[in-house]
Amino acid sequence: MAEPLLVVKDVSRHFGGLQAVSHVSLTVHQGCITALIGPNGAGKTTLFAMISGFLKPSGGTIRFCGEDITGEPPHRLARRGIARTFQIVQPFSGLSVCDNIRVGAHLHYRSRDEAGRVANEVGREVNLGAMLDRPANTLTIAGRKRLELARALATRPKLLLLDEVLAGLNPSEIREIVPLIRGLRERGITILMIEHVMQAVMSLADKVFVLAEGRIIAEGTPPQVATDLSVIEAYLGRGAAMRLGAGHVR
Amino acid sequence: MKTFAPILIVVVALAAIPLMVHSNVLLNFLVVALMIALAGQGWNILGGYGGQYSFGHAAFFGTGAYVTAVLQVRYGINAWIAFMLGILGGALVGAVIGALSFRSGLRGSYFALVTLAFAEVLRIVASVAPITGAGVGTLVKLDLSFAALQFESRAAFYWVILTLVAIALVITHVLERSRFGAWLIAIRENEDAAMALGVDTTAVKLGAMVISAAMTAAAGCFYTQYFLFVDSGIAYGTWMSIEALLTPIIGGIGTLFGPLLGALTVRMLGEIARSVTGDAPGLDLVVFGCVLILVVWFMPRGLAGAVADLARHLRRPKHVSATREMSRG
Repeated sequence: MAEPLLVVKDVSRHFGGLQAVSHVSLTVHQGCITALIGPNGAGKTTLFAMISGFLKPSGGTIRFCGEDITGEPPHRLARRGIARTFQIVQPFSGLSVCDNIRVGAHLHYRSRDEAGRVANEVGREVNLGAMLDRPANTLTIAGRKRLELARALATRPKLLLLDEVLAGLNPSEIREIVPLIRGLRERGITILMIEHVMQAVMSLADKVFVLAEGRIIAEGTPPQVATDLSVIEAYLGRGAAMRLGAGHVR
Repeated sequence: MKTFAPILIVVVALAAIPLMVHSNVLLNFLVVALMIALAGQGWNILGGYGGQYSFGHAAFFGTGAYVTAVLQVRYGINAWIAFMLGILGGALVGAVIGALSFRSGLRGSYFALVTLAFAEVLRIVASVAPITGAGVGTLVKLDLSFAALQFESRAAFYWVILTLVAIALVITHVLERSRFGAWLIAIRENEDAAMALGVDTTAVKLGAMVISAAMTAAAGCFYTQYFLFVDSGIAYGTWMSIEALLTPIIGGIGTLFGPLLGALTVRMLGEIARSVTGDAPGLDLVVFGCVLILVVWFMPRGLAGAVADLARHLRRPKHVSATREMSRG
């Protein structure tokens, strides 16, 4: 079998004395949606920053498409086909929605017109079609999340890293964006997502990794992970699984 | 090509001025204003489009001025060639300062301070180094001929600087619409997001710095040819760094015509302030400063921004009433 699209092996990162991520290994297979979940402060975003090149790992290796990409800067990774969104949305607020997306499209298209055409297409794909000429800072939070997604998609990624694209959205907005993400997988884009909205993780993810206190404590399909005792304990506190189990018996 | 029309109109209109006006005072005023505009256009590339605020563009202006003067006086090189080499010299200084500061990841006020420091270091070196004439400065020999790039009439000088400004306008406009320009603006808006979208931010900033430095250096080269004298205070003095950033900020930062508009306005304000306050030394600067505060306060996007807002304001009510009528009909 060919090597998975992304292989993170034994990666660690510390900030001074704080071990944010320690010896984490995970794999993301071509064409799958892989979710990374875990309590606040587990190191999810740090791990993401290392995969997308914004942080250099203190140890371990990251391989993408069979090549070692450990410590490469973000713009090189973007060229290789890794795109990311930011948990705290980072629009180019002075620019129009279309110009925002065009910056991503320029990665593969030199001409302004061609990049603009791609930006238009991608904008419509994520249902921002009506807002393409509006300044980005007039978008609602849901709109900004879509814009993050559109910009990343405009770089034509092989692997899309989504950092909490659903956070801060209301249930109806979530219902609108979930099919969109599923549609991306159908188009052959592999996705690694950090997500807190469990309902979405359950319905979207093919595989889930659970990170707690900088370590992977469980992995498997969504139902497997949801019933894993160590996962329940990581979220609810030590002994919680036992107490819940006891309650169940009673 | 259509998008170049405004540049053509503005340049042709400006070019016609000496044909109608023969006042040397006015032409001299315009020549200096256009020279400042050129320096400001340089600053605008890096600061206006790229969001990297340099406080030390005198480093490029001064290098242009000194290279042009020293090559002619000490090495007998032709003025035109010296002028070109002056631009190259400025670009080279830009590349060095840019490489040092961007590769070490300096942003915002740290970048501003480092550029200021470089300009000051150059000023001090120029004021003691024998090759620049040290404290005495360098005087270019008067030789009113085309070959020496010196002209008897101010109009000729005016057309020379106007040509340079026009070239800078065209370069800026091409850049605005290019991929490089889109990346540069993205860096200004959000450097991390730009990086994530595949923009090599260090390389793009460095490129912008080199273009920016070359333009401002061209203004310095012109200074030497026009005034035929340069010393360390003129070339590398803080005045130039301030003029170079003030004009685009007043005129409209990150806009094509901002620096030109700003230079004319700032220079005019300076003249008016001087004539209003009469002989009281320094009082004109107080008036000048107050006006600047008001401009920045009421027009945060500069004159060009204010004009654009006004145009939109005038257009919008019509548009709204039109759509209302349509919906009613």
